[in-house]
Amino acid sequence: MGQFIQQLINGLTLGSVYGLIALGYTMVYGIIGMINFAHGDIYMVAAIISVTVITLLAALGISAVPLALMVTLLVVMAFTAVYGWSVERVAYRPLRTAPRLAPLISAIGMSIFLQNMVQLTQGARVKPIADMMPGQFNLFTFDGFTVFLSYTQLMIIVVTVVLLAIFTYIITRTSFGRQQRACEQDQTMTALLGVNVDRTISLTFMLGAALAAIAGVMVTIYYGVVDFAIGFVAGLKAFTAAVLGGIGSLPGAVLGGLIIGMLESFWSAYYSPEYKDVAGFALLILVLMFRPSGLLGRPEVEKV
Amino acid sequence: MTTFQARTHTVTLTERLKDATNVALIAILLGIPMIGLHTVDAGGKLMVATRWPWLLAFVATMFFGRLALQFAIDQFKLKRLTRQRTRTLEVATPRPWLKWLGYGLLGFSLVLPIAFSDNRYVVDTATTVLIYVMLGWGLNVVVGLAGLLDLGYVAFYAVGAYSYALLSTQFGWNFWETLPVAGALAALFGILLGWPTLRLRGDYLAIVTLGFGEIIRVILINWTEFSGGPNGIGSIERPSFFGLPFKPDSDDGATFASFFGLEYASEHRVIFLYYLILVLALLTNLFIARLRKLPVGLAWEAVREDEVACKALGMNVTNVKLSAFAIGAMLGGFAGVFFAARQGFISPESFVFSESATILAIVVLGGMGSQFGVVIAASLLVILPELGRDFSEYRMLLFGAAMILIMVWKPGGLISRREPSKVLAGVEK
Amino acid sequence: MSNQQSHLLEVKNLTMRFGGLTAINDLSLGIEGGKITSIIGPNGAGKTTFFNCLTGFYKPTTGSVQMNHPEHGALLLEKMPSHLVARKASVVRTFQNIRLFPNMTVLENLIVAQHNALQKASHFSLAGLLGLASYRQASEAAMEKAEMWLTRLKLRDIANMPTGNLSYGTQRRVEIARALCVDPLLICLDEPAAGLNPRESAELNDLLLYLTREHHKGVMLIEHDMNVVMKVSDHICVLNFGNKIAEGTPEQIQNNPEVIKAYLGEEEIEDTTEEEAA
Repeated sequence: MGQFIQQLINGLTLGSVYGLIALGYTMVYGIIGMINFAHGDIYMVAAIISVTVITLLAALGISAVPLALMVTLLVVMAFTAVYGWSVERVAYRPLRTAPRLAPLISAIGMSIFLQNMVQLTQGARVKPIADMMPGQFNLFTFDGFTVFLSYTQLMIIVVTVVLLAIFTYIITRTSFGRQQRACEQDQTMTALLGVNVDRTISLTFMLGAALAAIAGVMVTIYYGVVDFAIGFVAGLKAFTAAVLGGIGSLPGAVLGGLIIGMLESFWSAYYSPEYKDVAGFALLILVLMFRPSGLLGRPEVEKV
Repeated sequence: MTTFQARTHTVTLTERLKDATNVALIAILLGIPMIGLHTVDAGGKLMVATRWPWLLAFVATMFFGRLALQFAIDQFKLKRLTRQRTRTLEVATPRPWLKWLGYGLLGFSLVLPIAFSDNRYVVDTATTVLIYVMLGWGLNVVVGLAGLLDLGYVAFYAVGAYSYALLSTQFGWNFWETLPVAGALAALFGILLGWPTLRLRGDYLAIVTLGFGEIIRVILINWTEFSGGPNGIGSIERPSFFGLPFKPDSDDGATFASFFGLEYASEHRVIFLYYLILVLALLTNLFIARLRKLPVGLAWEAVREDEVACKALGMNVTNVKLSAFAIGAMLGGFAGVFFAARQGFISPESFVFSESATILAIVVLGGMGSQFGVVIAASLLVILPELGRDFSEYRMLLFGAAMILIMVWKPGGLISRREPSKVLAGVEK
Repeated sequence: MSNQQSHLLEVKNLTMRFGGLTAINDLSLGIEGGKITSIIGPNGAGKTTFFNCLTGFYKPTTGSVQMNHPEHGALLLEKMPSHLVARKASVVRTFQNIRLFPNMTVLENLIVAQHNALQKASHFSLAGLLGLASYRQASEAAMEKAEMWLTRLKLRDIANMPTGNLSYGTQRRVEIARALCVDPLLICLDEPAAGLNPRESAELNDLLLYLTREHHKGVMLIEHDMNVVMKVSDHICVLNFGNKIAEGTPEQIQNNPEVIKAYLGEEEIEDTTEEEAA
């Protein structure tokens, strides 16, 4: 029982991170109908930048945790958003009217480029940082097993919930959200109505990158180690989460992330850690067989 | 799509400078956290170090690079504009030179090991190119012809390779005995994966196939009793020349060298392997070229073009897709058998996602559905990194950049022209 | 069967609902072979939805669609997947927004339509791969059939052109030729005259009459162009908001007060009535 609740907390934390990255996938997919293959690497870039920023802040003597956290988040989000913008500008925009697979290949190229760029400029070694928020709440003890919730875990869960609320607000209530949804439906018509489609798509990429940046900061603080290769697996899982939840749906992305995160932590704890990646994919295949649009996705009616 | 620009507008130098300045500003923002700053290990603790001169160099490169690029694009557009004015109607001409280039390449590939008989490296690289050509042709059936996005093609390659590795080490099967079995097994895996998933929408299929590729790899890593785990399977029997092994003379029977009265040389096997994959690849090419003209091949392309119309014409779309999936998988399985036989050792390391991505890139870069395009793209993607071995640190970086650039330059792939598979005689093309 | 002799296609009490919207309400209709039956009605009357129900793309909420096939007997189309509707029941359709295979040539489009017969003759590609005579014969027969329709629809000269580059009117003809290559007993045409010029539209009339009179095919037509509808139809069914409001010969329909009311309720009918007057 204690073990179960502990895994629930761990799964929730991991799932929140996947959910944050999945939000970026789902937003970009929603607006241009393409898998942003470089999104996992955007997250990796963010994690690497956050190592630099956290180290820099420590060197400058800024030790108050809330301040350091805020500064790190803002700085990393800003820089990562520029990366998101550039990825769209270089690998997607020139190919907007190209055959469907062309942008996919350019995005895979971008993913390879980003990984190797980071490896070259920041080194291939694993980068460790000190625990920024040590400490935990010991919730209760059950059969000699103390269930805990670390401050970092709490922060990750809270940040995810808050962000989901903010983003749902942006998409459903603001003018940008309306423009974004209009672009999803029909780009040409949206352009004719005087909306700057290029700008809307760019902004979507930047928002997605900013979300990945938050996930990157969180993971850096949570695990304390980061390297240039973390993007692929995280991206894969997050994309799985986005599809599982129903691509295009924001709550679906977070739900998918949580499910994948829970599945992984329970599977590792009770079954075998080796096959945890397999479990996520197997679940995805199963769900898609019965609900081809994912859990919360809108079923697509084929227009004949 | 959404920018409506007047084509005749001449751009002033100031505008170009402004544009380059913007690029430089972006470059500063991109460069600060990656180039300007970096963390270094200082006695178990990270320290932030700076590299401002590098950043400056990077930004300057971007600034002048952008100017040069824009200048080149302007020149190109100007040329095209004048060309368009002089020749209003562009008639699509058939390109006979492409055919001749194909024959030339075929001739070259036949004599290559003889021309480079003293250069094992060249023959080895050419063999690798041919493996990718074969994989590219196999995936081309799935992606290029049937239009199904498969991101886990490497799984079928792995099925073929492990089939041979296991059947030869455990049961003593030889290369030729295993080849059809492994192909059938890979096809079976293709059907097993395809049957529940092929009704999914294109991009969902992509993620499911990607997941399938990962599942196969994870199983290979962890099911140690079966696959040898991360250590893989070694000392796989090498293919022999119709029963004559390639090894130094020994007492237990004739070898290739002794039978033909040759001095034993390790190159013999290298050359034999080259011809073996060449034959396999050529057979694959014939097979696909033939299938393309058959109803099933036409149906693949029709499904790629419009599924709804196919249904309205009475086609069982799921079966058509399954057949593409199975045949693509089978060809991948064949390539896998050859791979295992050539390496003599395989491990899950060889079947990672980046392999799938490379094969997909070969298909898309070559031009979807084009057999010849696959050859060109496979050569490019294998030889480019090989050429880059001298500056190996930048190799993959440039590889990624090249993928982006080629796609932006030619979104339809290098050879995007489709040759009809049925022609009505006596009517102009 | 009680109604074996009566109709080729028997639609009984067909209803199609999308959520709260009733697109077709309790529609019954009989279609005869060798005759042209037109479905007309204002935009949004449920005409295309009706076609989608007939051809297996939508599953009707209630009701039945029975095809009295001379070889396969009575077939319930609403229970069949869409590809069997064409393959087994020989009911083939075209689409309002033309659906050709744009990168394939006109000829290839027509050969693809004969997929099932050819695939069978090629013994799932085996005979084809080996180049056996039986397959070669089937392949030649398919080419001949394609050429026959190409010639009949004046498409022969462009047989080797990709269909994506053709003009709208030509694409419509290719789509009809492709549907004919399936050897349908009933061919359902969704606005075949849309975007055609007067000459092309007259040619379409000839073609439709030729198909019914010479080949004894059943034709179902959704059409707004009253020049086509009134000239060639044997039977007309008028839909409005999913309800059948009238049925009969062109003369009966033209004088039906219900129809006039339904049409004059809309502004856009003016040009249709002008055309009729002309």
